[in-house]
Parts: sequence; structure tokens; C-alpha cells
Amino acid sequence: MIIPTKEKGADISRRDLLKKGGAMATVTLASGVTLMSFGGKARADGLKPGARWGLLIDAGKCPEDCSACVSACSKEHGWENNGLNTDPQWIRKVTLREKSSGRENSLPVMCQHCDEPPCVDVCPTGASFKREDGIVLVNKHTCIGCRYCMMACPFKARSFVHEPVTDQRTHSPRGNGTVEGCNMCVHKIDRGDGTTACVEACQATGNNAMMFGDLNDPESDIAIAVSTYASVELRADLGLGLGVRYQNI
Amino acid sequence: MKTLLVSVLMMAALLVSPVFAEGLLPNIPAALGEPHPEGNEFWRINHPSILSHDRDLTVQNGIREIDGSLKTCVACHAVDGPDAAPLTAASPEHACVACHEYVAVKIDCFQCHNSRPEEGDWAAVLPSLGGTPESLRAYLERISQ
Repeated sequence: MIIPTKEKGADISRRDLLKKGGAMATVTLASGVTLMSFGGKARADGLKPGARWGLLIDAGKCPEDCSACVSACSKEHGWENNGLNTDPQWIRKVTLREKSSGRENSLPVMCQHCDEPPCVDVCPTGASFKREDGIVLVNKHTCIGCRYCMMACPFKARSFVHEPVTDQRTHSPRGNGTVEGCNMCVHKIDRGDGTTACVEACQATGNNAMMFGDLNDPESDIAIAVSTYASVELRADLGLGLGVRYQNI
Repeated sequence: MKTLLVSVLMMAALLVSPVFAEGLLPNIPAALGEPHPEGNEFWRINHPSILSHDRDLTVQNGIREIDGSLKTCVACHAVDGPDAAPLTAASPEHACVACHEYVAVKIDCFQCHNSRPEEGDWAAVLPSLGGTPESLRAYLERISQ
């Protein structure tokens, strides 16, 4: 993006000086940080370098009466639906109806793990963030429960925990006063399971409507499927670059 | 001077008496795994900063093998209740609560984290015990004492 400046004619503008000064400081800071915190020891990073985790969901294979993915998520992360407006929104089944033809589609909708997530843009504390491998998470240690991210999300993929929670799953902490949403089973990814609870459950039913994988790895099943068959993003008009793609909707 | 001497003597008597040793200090239950190599003193002082430093490694960078994992703390320091199930942080005998109540420091961790281990969480404690039959036998002997 080109930012027009008023000081265009000047040899060194104030803006340029600030930009260059800023860059130098960053370099110094970066090398200092590397020397100090890692001391030559390799960082045992849980993230797969260059990965972009994503899901591919075939709505044509998703029966309307099946909610195996929703139950699996509920079991994996220890949340439950009570039929209230305040229910958790980790994942839910949605029915889409085309107005002109009346054709109906049933599909699961969860956090779409945007490349440019609006929830991250609006978060006042930096609690809503995107991991290097494309997973969008809430850091509940810094979440103040303001719910701006819930308003910013075009997919209603976030929800607020209104009541105190006990007996959480130990790999999926969740608590009163914080916002939560699909974390793409980040504990399973870090463990190297290479799948999520919803995808496992979908495959167990035999519908095989969901696929998980690294969109950036050209040899992964999901990348091959995305490059071979037509798939779309929900609300592609927003240009958010989603990690979850749909077929046959 | 006489009053001072009497009070000092009374304090000394109190310090050596079993009332002070058992009643006033927190009763911290023994953990299940091997003792920390750094020593209890180190962990009593530094656990808050290690936990809050390492949680960012896990949340932001996906590093799960960390020193200060609350899940492992809870699994290793679990105390069983009368029904043989691990106690929650609602109980004053919970390993974290026992000490935190004594020093009057509120624990926020368990608003989101479970204060009890899950079935599979014990697995994280087991590697510290070695894994050979001899090391396990030595461990069981130590625990039974």
C-alpha cells in the first residue's frame, strides 16, 4: 500500500527518518532477543514451520440429521448446549436455503480461521490472536470479556462464557468471563495427531464430509482436493482469506 | 527484662511444640512423582513466574513440553478425597489451596483450568519415575513410607 505523504519533495522526510529509525531498532532488538533468550539452543517450537491448517467441508456429503461433528466437539472440549441464546458457538449445524430454487444445504459452521481475522483487529488487549500456523485463538489469560470480537466476527463463531465452569477438560481450559470459539483442536495439532475431533467423528460416521490438513503443503490431501475440485469460502466478498472451505453449497 | 525473658521462653516453647508444627503451618501433601531436582524451596518461590512465562510458550507458540505446565502440576500433586477421587480446588486439602490459604493468595488459575487431573494426565508424571521395574519398585517403596 502506498501512503501519500506531504513531504514528497524533501530529501529526507520526517516519515522516512522515523521509518528507517524504526527498522534499525527492530533489527537490533531482534538479534538481541535471539542471543539472550535462546543462547544457541534450538527452540523446541510446537508449530509446524510454514503450515496453514485448514478444513475442507463437502456440504453435499453432510446429511441434515447428522450432528456427529457437533457432539464430538462438545465432548472433546467439554461444553454443552442448553438451547439458550447464550449457548457456546464452537461449532453448529446451519441450514442454507437458496431463495430462488429452494435447494437446502446443511453444513457445520465454526471459526473460519481467517488470514486477516476481524476479531484480532478489534481486540483491545491482544487476547484474540492468530498463531503462526493460521489458527485463530483467544488467549484467555488476557481476555477481559469485552465481546468486541463476537460483534466483529461475520460467522458468529465466538461466544461468551456466562456461568462459572467446573470440571473442564484439562487440555481445553474455559472459564466464566472469557470469550471462546473453535481452536481447531490445537492440542491435537501440537501433539501431532494430524486431525481434529469433528473430522474424526465425521469420518467415523462414514460420511467423510470433512477433511483436515495443511493447505500450504502441496502434497497434503486437503491441498490436492482444494486445487482439483471447486470449493468456496463463506462470505468470500469480505476477502478475509478463510482457512475453512466448503464444497457443494 | 524479666517479662521479655519470659515471653522469649514462651515463644521458644511454642516453636518446638507439636501444636505449632502441625497446627499452624500448612499441611502440604506429598506429590506422586519424583521430587523437583531444583528443590521445593525453588519451586515455592518461583512457580508463579515459571507458570506465567511458560503458559505464553504454549498458548502462542504451541510448545507443550514446558517446565511449568499446570496440567502436570495438578496431576502430580493430586490429593485423593474420601471417595478416592482427586479433590477439587473447592477443598482446603487440595495441594494448591492448602498453601495458598495459608499465605492468603487467591488462585485464579482454576476459574478456567480444571483443578483435578483427567484419567490420561498421569502419563505425564510417569516418565519422571524412570520406567524400569527397579525404579518403579523404589518409587513404590518411597511412596508407601
